[in-house]
Amino acid sequence: MALISLGFGAILVSNVLLSQFLGICSFIGVSTQKKNAIGMSFAVIFVLVLASVVTWCIYHFLLIPLGINYLDQIVSILVIATLVQFVEMFLKKFIPKLYEALGIYLPLITTNCAILGVATTNIQNNYSFIEAVVYAVCIGVGYLLVMFIFSSIREKIEVAPVPKYFKGIPVAFVLAGVMALAFYGFGGIF
Amino acid sequence: MEEKVKFKNIIKTGVFTENPILVSALGLCPLLAVSTRVDNAIGMSFAVFAVLLLSNITISLIRKLVPNEIRIPIFIIVIATFVSCIESLMKAFTPELHESLGIFIPLIVVNCLILGRAEAFASKNKVLPSIIDAVGMSLGFGLVLIVFSLVREIISTQTLTFSNPFNTTQSFTLTLLPELKISLFGQAAGAFFALGVMFAITAAFHNRPKKEKKEVK
Repeated sequence: MALISLGFGAILVSNVLLSQFLGICSFIGVSTQKKNAIGMSFAVIFVLVLASVVTWCIYHFLLIPLGINYLDQIVSILVIATLVQFVEMFLKKFIPKLYEALGIYLPLITTNCAILGVATTNIQNNYSFIEAVVYAVCIGVGYLLVMFIFSSIREKIEVAPVPKYFKGIPVAFVLAGVMALAFYGFGGIF
Repeated sequence: MEEKVKFKNIIKTGVFTENPILVSALGLCPLLAVSTRVDNAIGMSFAVFAVLLLSNITISLIRKLVPNEIRIPIFIIVIATFVSCIESLMKAFTPELHESLGIFIPLIVVNCLILGRAEAFASKNKVLPSIIDAVGMSLGFGLVLIVFSLVREIISTQTLTFSNPFNTTQSFTLTLLPELKISLFGQAAGAFFALGVMFAITAAFHNRPKKEKKEVK
């Protein structure tokens, strides 16, 4: 039960993009087309879960026994950078079309705050292994959900008569505000 | 004399022409998250300034020793080291500020602003210009962050509260807007709205007719 509320809380209530503000660069950057947004989301989910698992194991089995847990950030960021390199090579070899579409944003997953943010949250909140995995998966699903809705609306808003200076990024932020408002509705559930 | 003019240009680039937030849209996550209170915004600005200054100096010093292929991981390690130092210092001396900035202090590591400056400026320039660049860029970042949080705090709470980060019992509160209060601005949705408006104002400012340009300058 605790796991379910942790999971749904991560997807809807404290959504990674709309209420924790992690990963805003990619949120605005790759959401102009639905296809790219979904591809990016799956790349993020993949790296997020892998990174959470690996950093959790390293923190609990290596850093704590050695008494050097103050190095957690440096270790986490190195793990994430390595994983991203791996995902990039994998996509380049097996799904080159997606690799081309994601372009510059794939290396940027390294500096996507969501990944390091979740790894750090797992450590700070002292999650058990299962909790850490559930939390990472649900944060990723929340990311996918919001990216999907957001990019669908953005495709429509391209053709809408937006005031001159609000075209592009400004209206995207106003849109994100409306979506955040809608997600408040979930606040009372858990 | 010529050097001085150049330094002035670097600062101007950081604050205006290449403002990290308004022009390059870097570092938006901390901007949205810590801008609910001016206190937090000032603390965040100083933390970013300290990390950027130290990392720019270090990277500029080691720029000739670093092999080109693995420069990015090395830069990240340098930055992560300084962020860990700053975080420990803040935990020890300003625990309340550390508490309210929360996860966004460790996340300075992945703030694109810092890695971006390391890659674009410090790895190609001498130490002194890198220091000036760090000052200019963090000024640009800090000013926008503080102005943004001023707007949000005043609209959402009607008041402005400043407290001494080293001893939070010392603080004072100003009541500015007794009639108007939109608490939405203190929350996530309000942050997005305010940021959208800010970007629209920037767009309007950049696309303003040429005639006005002279008057503004």
